[in-house]
Amino acid sequence: MNFTLKIWKQADARSRGLFQTYRLNDITGDTSFPEMLDILNNILIEAGEEPVAFDHDCREGICGACGLYINGRPHGPDDSITTCQLYMRKFEDNAVIYIEPWRSKAFPVIKDLIVDRRAFDKILQAGGFISVNTGSAPEAHTHLVSKKQADLSMDAASCIGCGACVAACKNGSAMLFVASRVSALANLPQGKTEACSRARAMVAKMDELGFGSCTNNGSCQAECPKDISIAHIARLNREFLYCKNPGPR
Amino acid sequence: MHLGIVLYFCTTNNIPMEHIPDAHIPAGPLEQKWTRHKASLKLVAPNNRPGMKVIIVGTGLAGASAAAALGEQGYNVSVFCISDSPRRAHSVAAQGGINAAKNYQNDNDSVERLFLDTLKGGDYRAREANVYRLAELSNFIIDHCVAQGVPFARDYGGYLANRSFGGAQVSRTFYARGQTGQQLLLGAYSSMNRQVARGTVKVFSRYEMMDLVVIDGEAKGIIVRNLVTGELERFAAHAVVLATGGYGNVYFLSTNAMNSNGSALMQCYRRGALFANPCFAQIHPTCIPVHGTHQAKLTLMSESLRNDGRIWVPKNREEAMKLRKKQIRPSEIPENARDYYLERRYPAFGNLVPRDVASRAAKERCDAGFGVSETGLAVYLDFSDAIKKQGYKVIYERYGNLFDMYEKITGEDPVKEPMMIYPAMHYTMGGLWVDYNLMTTIRGLFAIGEANFSDHGANRLGASALMQGLADGYFILPYTLPDYLAGKIGEKDLEISHPSFDTTQKQVHERIMRLTGNSSTIPADIYYKKLGTIMWEYIGMTRTASGLRKAMEQLDELKTDFAAGVCVPGSQYTLNQELEKALRIADFIDLARLMAFDALAREESCGGHFRSESQTSDGETLRNDRDFMYVAAWEYLGDDQKPVLHREELSFEFAQVVQRNYK
Repeated sequence: MNFTLKIWKQADARSRGLFQTYRLNDITGDTSFPEMLDILNNILIEAGEEPVAFDHDCREGICGACGLYINGRPHGPDDSITTCQLYMRKFEDNAVIYIEPWRSKAFPVIKDLIVDRRAFDKILQAGGFISVNTGSAPEAHTHLVSKKQADLSMDAASCIGCGACVAACKNGSAMLFVASRVSALANLPQGKTEACSRARAMVAKMDELGFGSCTNNGSCQAECPKDISIAHIARLNREFLYCKNPGPR
Repeated sequence: MHLGIVLYFCTTNNIPMEHIPDAHIPAGPLEQKWTRHKASLKLVAPNNRPGMKVIIVGTGLAGASAAAALGEQGYNVSVFCISDSPRRAHSVAAQGGINAAKNYQNDNDSVERLFLDTLKGGDYRAREANVYRLAELSNFIIDHCVAQGVPFARDYGGYLANRSFGGAQVSRTFYARGQTGQQLLLGAYSSMNRQVARGTVKVFSRYEMMDLVVIDGEAKGIIVRNLVTGELERFAAHAVVLATGGYGNVYFLSTNAMNSNGSALMQCYRRGALFANPCFAQIHPTCIPVHGTHQAKLTLMSESLRNDGRIWVPKNREEAMKLRKKQIRPSEIPENARDYYLERRYPAFGNLVPRDVASRAAKERCDAGFGVSETGLAVYLDFSDAIKKQGYKVIYERYGNLFDMYEKITGEDPVKEPMMIYPAMHYTMGGLWVDYNLMTTIRGLFAIGEANFSDHGANRLGASALMQGLADGYFILPYTLPDYLAGKIGEKDLEISHPSFDTTQKQVHERIMRLTGNSSTIPADIYYKKLGTIMWEYIGMTRTASGLRKAMEQLDELKTDFAAGVCVPGSQYTLNQELEKALRIADFIDLARLMAFDALAREESCGGHFRSESQTSDGETLRNDRDFMYVAAWEYLGDDQKPVLHREELSFEFAQVVQRNYK
């Protein structure tokens, strides 16, 4: 297969970026998207040019490092996958492919396709944990957790922190990211004690860091590589509202 | 009882041997060693802890859990990771589960049995005392992770569910769908985040360790490269903890993440830390086979699949040939024409034999011409029986995400036709030599998790890596590190202006300059692939003396070619991924050479290390306990020198050493 690639090139956070055009020929459909970029980069190096910088690590859809905005969609034209799980057979032969970094005020570009996502770490540092010291845990079966609750928690906890939800959102909101952590912990008995303060602290931090507000658009859910449901945002809102107006639930 | 201090000079292959440092294994009965030892360790009082600086390199399960636990105690911890977030460390990719001796299934599991299984799984090349401690701590890990909110799988009654893994006849593996590593890492990372909020832990992301600073024989800090600006920076501490994972990427193609590397280990090795059992590498039997030449990494399919999946190839070669050409489909092959070779050869354990055994068996069938993919390098992992017996819903619930992952990559639905799998490089049992306190031979330098060599011997059992990383980080290092730090209280504040920091940083700078100075246009990947070919061919699943010697020659050549020919475009003072890669490959080439030395010196087969010269009549590993019941710890003498072998003799007082048999 042959492709025309329009790739965002930007030297660093302060420089202006622009699309650069590359031709790439003889790519097999079994090539993954980052493997395609590997091939391009090696051709560029051999031609004495600088390769394209992009984040990637596990290449099996779990680390959350890769995240490219491909033809206007986070992680490209396939559902329920990360960029590294996108295969070139998903594109038409001779397609023109636009490749951009995440676009969000809270994720400044570091270089080319790489953005700074440390804002996500900061949100989790604000409260995305259960306050238990090592050594003080009771025996694991002390609290029973129904299968339903455990499954719900696991659904939410499968977030990989890639940032596609923010990139997809017209408001640049991190609600689905925040909700997934809040909901994963609030669905378990051991996470209930702090559910209220956790929701409040994480939302406050999200606002502070320049993420936008949620207007229930649902594009985050549509583009989430792990299919995390916006029902978890509803759970976050419940925890948050309850927090503001404590009383019988 | 004691792993004695033994002096050896000059035996096999003209490698000089010298004494090994004391492993500090406590005396007493096995089950009391750790308890007694803990009581003897020195403490640092709470008021002194904020003044004690600790550097942790790496934020996988071991690094993040250690940072959290030490932060909770009040130490001043700085954590470094190469990714943009600690949560991306490669522990995140562990799928199947974590072992613990809870005996929730009432199938006669116990600490004793987990200890024996792990020791036997490692083919009796690990320390008894360490392995027992690991088994002993396993249950506390589950308790703690549940308290952290790790959503382990539950039965309908709300109790924790278990499944089985290779090398065990009990169900002791706890899991969170196929994402156990991710969930455990989120637990450790969250606990670490809590400490960041408290101010005890500082995280430096997109920083890569470049060298260790040793002053008067003690680790006193590190030189790091800020991967965004390219600047070299210095950090000083009272102790340095290496939690940088394994070096499986020395094989180029492996299941490890792209950025996993062995550079920090090699830096410490060159500074005087002994490197133990470097040739002990694990080839995982169930990975998606290689396709095409541009593939950059391989994807693992969890070992848990072997609970319900049956592994087979056709009984006759003609049918294998037809399958390769896609003239027939596997489901068309009748039951009696299938060779379930693991069930045939190992009836007691069946499809759940340990990884090294399953990998070799797959290679044996494919080498004999029964392989099934286009390349002939694949076997089937079939779920049709399980689906027939238990129903699609049950099986999909267990492995759905793995089925989906497989389908995304291969374009084939494993429910309709069996999966195709083949062994791939996965994990390294070798690592920095550590004593019972997890301290290396450089005082103040500790190694935890996959970065050390300690607990898995010559082969790691499935679901034991997560257990070991977390045992080291949550429950061992937080007890043993203070014992070292206690001797440092009142020591004057550390200065990054010390001349040793200047010298070390200068050496790092020169190393970078040498790589960026070439005017060629050959990308680093070209050399990396060559390295991978040498490794897989000669230091892979089967090793021979002549092959290893050939590997050494080719590695020397590769090293020269690489240094003279690699192209690193762009400036070092910017984010430069090609420079990062080239630096890691340079270290991998040296590490490969060390692995070849180790594999050559160990003239026996054990666990994942299979020397063709040492096998039983039916092709199983043949150990030589008389001559090789030791940990091989290698000392660096210089780039052009042969490394020196130090032998730590292993003695087994409590476990009965037997030839491994899974039949």
